[in-house]
Amino acid sequence: MQWNWEFTYEIMPRMLWATLNTLMAAGVGYAIAVVLGLALALAQRTPYRGLTLVVREVVEFIRSTPLVLQIFFVYYVGPQYGLNLSPWVAGMIAIGLHYASYLSEVYRGGIESVPKGQWEACIALNMTPVKTYFRVIIPQALPPSVAGMGNYLVGIFKDTPMLSVIGVAELMHAANAIGGQHYRYLEPYTIVGVVFLMISLPSAGLIRAFEAWVRRKLGMR
Amino acid sequence: MSYPEFLAQYGGRYIDGALITAAQFLLAAALAVVMALIMGVMKLSANPVSKGIAVVYIEFFRGTSLLVQLFWLFYVLPLFGLTFDKFTTGFVAVGLNLGAYGAELVRGAIQSVPKGQWEASYALSMSPATQMRRIILPQAFVAMLPPWGNLIIELLKGTALVALIAVSDLMFEARQINGSTYLSAQAFGTALIIYYIFARFLITPFMRWLERAMARRLGRG
Repeated sequence: MQWNWEFTYEIMPRMLWATLNTLMAAGVGYAIAVVLGLALALAQRTPYRGLTLVVREVVEFIRSTPLVLQIFFVYYVGPQYGLNLSPWVAGMIAIGLHYASYLSEVYRGGIESVPKGQWEACIALNMTPVKTYFRVIIPQALPPSVAGMGNYLVGIFKDTPMLSVIGVAELMHAANAIGGQHYRYLEPYTIVGVVFLMISLPSAGLIRAFEAWVRRKLGMR
Repeated sequence: MSYPEFLAQYGGRYIDGALITAAQFLLAAALAVVMALIMGVMKLSANPVSKGIAVVYIEFFRGTSLLVQLFWLFYVLPLFGLTFDKFTTGFVAVGLNLGAYGAELVRGAIQSVPKGQWEASYALSMSPATQMRRIILPQAFVAMLPPWGNLIIELLKGTALVALIAVSDLMFEARQINGSTYLSAQAFGTALIIYYIFARFLITPFMRWLERAMARRLGRG
């Protein structure tokens, strides 16, 4: 089997268009995960023991079961109860929830790394819990979380091909479709691999640079 | 159909699927551990060729996603005359992918062994191989076991993807049952719970036990 450049050029526009969809899926999923993850992390720090235990167990469950199965679950269970979700919506819910549970662990580590004296100072200053979190604790918990958050940003990007199983028109889906139409799998699948390498390798470096920048900005060496 | 009836009718197929998943998991884990050890040590090598091989292996498998690698192995390699059956392709792809992540853990753990240990074993005129085997690796093992626990769970989740190349594992059975019954919540929910049981009640306790056993062997228990 020979590499066919003509075919490569022919399918390139479609692959690049699908790359945009992949990036969008990763971005939207990540945005959901960042917000929801914080909620999951904070829910485990309330004084309500029952809530903490339930959220902890839910996070464990989501973290230790396969994302691809969760995607199927979200997509197919809705219609069974009369709720029809489009592939995009179901995919974003599943991937957002999955990574929210990962990010909640990152946040938890970050929050726990804030020295105890900071909490005591907030109590001494009579700050409300909301003010304590948003003005004192979270800003300090962020720098140690940046590395973990960045890794999961690359992670979510690399997991987007799984969305193709329910028909989200991202890169892998386009490659499958092109392969099926032309009976040529070499070029589409190789392009997918190359695109992933070209995006994820530089972003790992960018994330390290960003982490150093955040630390410098906050005067933490 | 009530849930007990559902289980009575399809329980056997879930067990068959779970056994295939367990086999995929064990074979992929064995391959991942071997690849991680070889590539992790090679990345620290002074020889630029072996170091280069390790870097390419690690960056390639970490930079593209598992699903892409799996499809590439399954659809593209046969075009070059290399045909493996789908079962082999499945665990090889998962093992190679997670082995790349493991190699970084191995490298980090070897580097975390205190310098004095290297110097002492050098002073005792141990050969590099003996030094690695008797002094450095046992200590590195203890250091890297906790992160390996997470990686092994990732590996279990990774094996769910082999269903997409029609290996009849747990997720494959869940999809089949969903297709024939339209009971999506039961079909996918049962599979999710089985994965959770694997992760939480078999793999995690085993890794904890291994951590304790290794620490005891080094007299740190």
